[in-house]
Amino acid sequence: MAPKSNQTRVKNPSKSGRPPKSARNLVNQKPDRNTLLTMHRDMLLIRRFEEKAGQLYGMGKIGGFCHLYIGQEAVVVGLQSANVDKDSVVTSYRDHGHMLACGMEPSGVMSELTGRAAGYSKGKGGSMHMFSREKNFYGGHGIVGAQVPIGAGLGFAHKYKDDGGVAMTYLGDGAANQGQVYETFNMASLWKLPVIFVIENNQYAMGTSTPRSTAGTALYERGSAYGIVGKQVDGMDVLAVREAGIEAIEYARSGKGPYILEMKTYRYRGHSMSDPAKYRTREEVDAMRKQHDPIDHLRDLLLREGVEEAELKLQDTEVKKIISEATDIALESPEPSPDELYTDILVEVAE
Amino acid sequence: MSNEIKMPALSPTMTEGILSKWLVKIGDEIRSGDVIAEIETDKATMEVEAVDDGIVTQLVVEEGTQAVPVGTVIATISGDSGYELETKSQNKETPQVEPRIKSPVIEPVVAPAKRDVTLAQVMEWDGPVKNMTVREALRDAMAEEMRVDDKIFIMGEEVAEYQGAYKVTQGLLDEFGEKRVIDTPITEHGFTGLAVGAAFGDLRPVVEFMTFNFSMQAIDQIINSAAKTLYMSGGQMGCPIVFRGPNGAASRVAAQHSQCFASWYAHCPGLKVVSPWSAADAKGLLKSAIRDPNPVIFLENEVMYGQSFDVPDTDEWLVPIGRGNIVREGSDVTITAFSIMVGKALEAAEILSEKGIEAEVIDLRTLRPLDIELIVNSVKKTNRLISCEEGFPFAGIGAELGMQVNEKAFDYLDAPIMRVTGKDVPMPYAANLEALTLPQSDEIVQAAWRVCYKDEEI
Repeated sequence: MAPKSNQTRVKNPSKSGRPPKSARNLVNQKPDRNTLLTMHRDMLLIRRFEEKAGQLYGMGKIGGFCHLYIGQEAVVVGLQSANVDKDSVVTSYRDHGHMLACGMEPSGVMSELTGRAAGYSKGKGGSMHMFSREKNFYGGHGIVGAQVPIGAGLGFAHKYKDDGGVAMTYLGDGAANQGQVYETFNMASLWKLPVIFVIENNQYAMGTSTPRSTAGTALYERGSAYGIVGKQVDGMDVLAVREAGIEAIEYARSGKGPYILEMKTYRYRGHSMSDPAKYRTREEVDAMRKQHDPIDHLRDLLLREGVEEAELKLQDTEVKKIISEATDIALESPEPSPDELYTDILVEVAE
Repeated sequence: MSNEIKMPALSPTMTEGILSKWLVKIGDEIRSGDVIAEIETDKATMEVEAVDDGIVTQLVVEEGTQAVPVGTVIATISGDSGYELETKSQNKETPQVEPRIKSPVIEPVVAPAKRDVTLAQVMEWDGPVKNMTVREALRDAMAEEMRVDDKIFIMGEEVAEYQGAYKVTQGLLDEFGEKRVIDTPITEHGFTGLAVGAAFGDLRPVVEFMTFNFSMQAIDQIINSAAKTLYMSGGQMGCPIVFRGPNGAASRVAAQHSQCFASWYAHCPGLKVVSPWSAADAKGLLKSAIRDPNPVIFLENEVMYGQSFDVPDTDEWLVPIGRGNIVREGSDVTITAFSIMVGKALEAAEILSEKGIEAEVIDLRTLRPLDIELIVNSVKKTNRLISCEEGFPFAGIGAELGMQVNEKAFDYLDAPIMRVTGKDVPMPYAANLEALTLPQSDEIVQAAWRVCYKDEEI
């Protein structure tokens, strides 16, 4: 993912054609300056994208449900900096950040949110249902927990084909109480499938806090009965996420079986756009934003490491430009043709 | 330059709201994410966050204002150069909501299967045949396909070491090994989802349900994940997978183990639903199902497993999905059936023939896509239709079939369409009640008698 030089990245913003992440050994390696800058830029891209999506929702340009990832950026960005391109990724409906971190085009994602033909699913999937075979992103699933056995199936396919890939399977603290998750833990451990179960614990399952919904809130221990190693990580610290990710991915890739990473994180916005978020105080949200913001955290580190303020400002400008262009495409692209209503229901079979 | 802040829509249904409170004043410097106002919707009081950085230059709508339409400019802030393009596009927008579908094209939901001469010729077989049971035919179909495509694997409860709860997978573990013939824990929801993920990951799973009754544990993954993902992905994500196992009533296993799920699955776009009767069709259709790039529900019948039929003696016997079959020609009444009911329909046809009524019996074989053209052409000849199925009558296959024939061949009908189905009760255990619940051949005879307007007692 790291570009050869940051200057190149800024001058030619790479929206989709990222440098390939081929097989590499990251164990015990500290991220270099370019990796840190790339992570900063990727988190910023998600943040600005989501802010824009929230704005477009308010303008009535995005319909239905829209679940924003703001606050949780370090989780997917840290883990995507720890894996390689052949690894597959699957997640729930809070999926915009995952798609951007997988290198999918912001304009394709934004156009799907506005229900336009230029969207990744031609406007037929919407916010919760987007996919990119090219980027090994397998959705975007709207049923809480359903992506978990699917992720194990992707891991099963990696193992069956012996291609060395690992399936990154994201779920929330709410999904962690679904029965199929434990059916999946059992099979994944039994068959030693290369799967990382990433529990993004943002502490609220819609409006129900973890202690109110969950007996035993140490979610990283949820696999222990199945012999699955688990680790709790500060999901607001992108470097901690990356380091834990490298260790877990190495474990799964070497054939030892699945691994659970519980990422302690926080979403600043409501569950969806229509959530007034009255189940928590403004002070709680403000405290997280002011003291634990993942982007501010990395930005401070970069400045301490001697990165010029101007360089970060340039990144900011680049990101805003990408989002602005994506928005224009998302608003100007036509709605899908009525002819599309009856396409893609079945794969046509040539008789 | 400046950016306009508009009254946001905070739910899919909100059209207006009350601007209850401003939390900023003119001249304040705001950052993206700061709360700037409180808005009351019909459901809740919500906080509005700034999405741009800048300085508040104008508060256009006073706090306390009622019924502010979504899209109204409520404030302006001084701009930030990074957002020039965005402002341009905002200004072009009007707050009206555009109609979602401009000119919907209405097509029949179930498209008729394509017919061509070539396929009909392939289905005629005059080569050598081998007499075998439905069970053996199904096993041979899987084995033959697994020999030519190593992406095919079978998983389910007791499919490997136990050789199949009903011995349908007998010998497969020995031939293909444990990598490709996989015993699962008793965990239908989980292993179905896992198999769907494996299909997304470019493998071709065959999932055996010990009976389709247990697929209810997994129906979310079958419908929401396997059937809908191709559409939701704009055609990117196919799911080549077969779900197979015995469906319908067995014998004396009562309500939870005796149900036909044909109409449940046939209801859903994105699935193909197959339910063969003869061993030849079981083999040819299962091979087609495994080769199909779509999710296929393959409904077998436990009572049929031990029955023997002649099967073409070749590895390339394929029966196309979506094609019915006239198993008995006749001119007086059309009787449709699938799976075990085909045998009962043929029995009824023999009795009717003795009484001077020649019934045409159609084995539907595939329920989705339904071969409606074959049925309609037959009705045009006989002018009468009886639909048979083991499932419940309400919203069953017969209901759909009757409606489609009504739409496509109303003028040809000389009598009301009738259906012979399982009774509208959970399957009882007692032998006499079970027999009363299951549709029998004499009920088909009586239905034919009625639609042919025979006055005398049968």
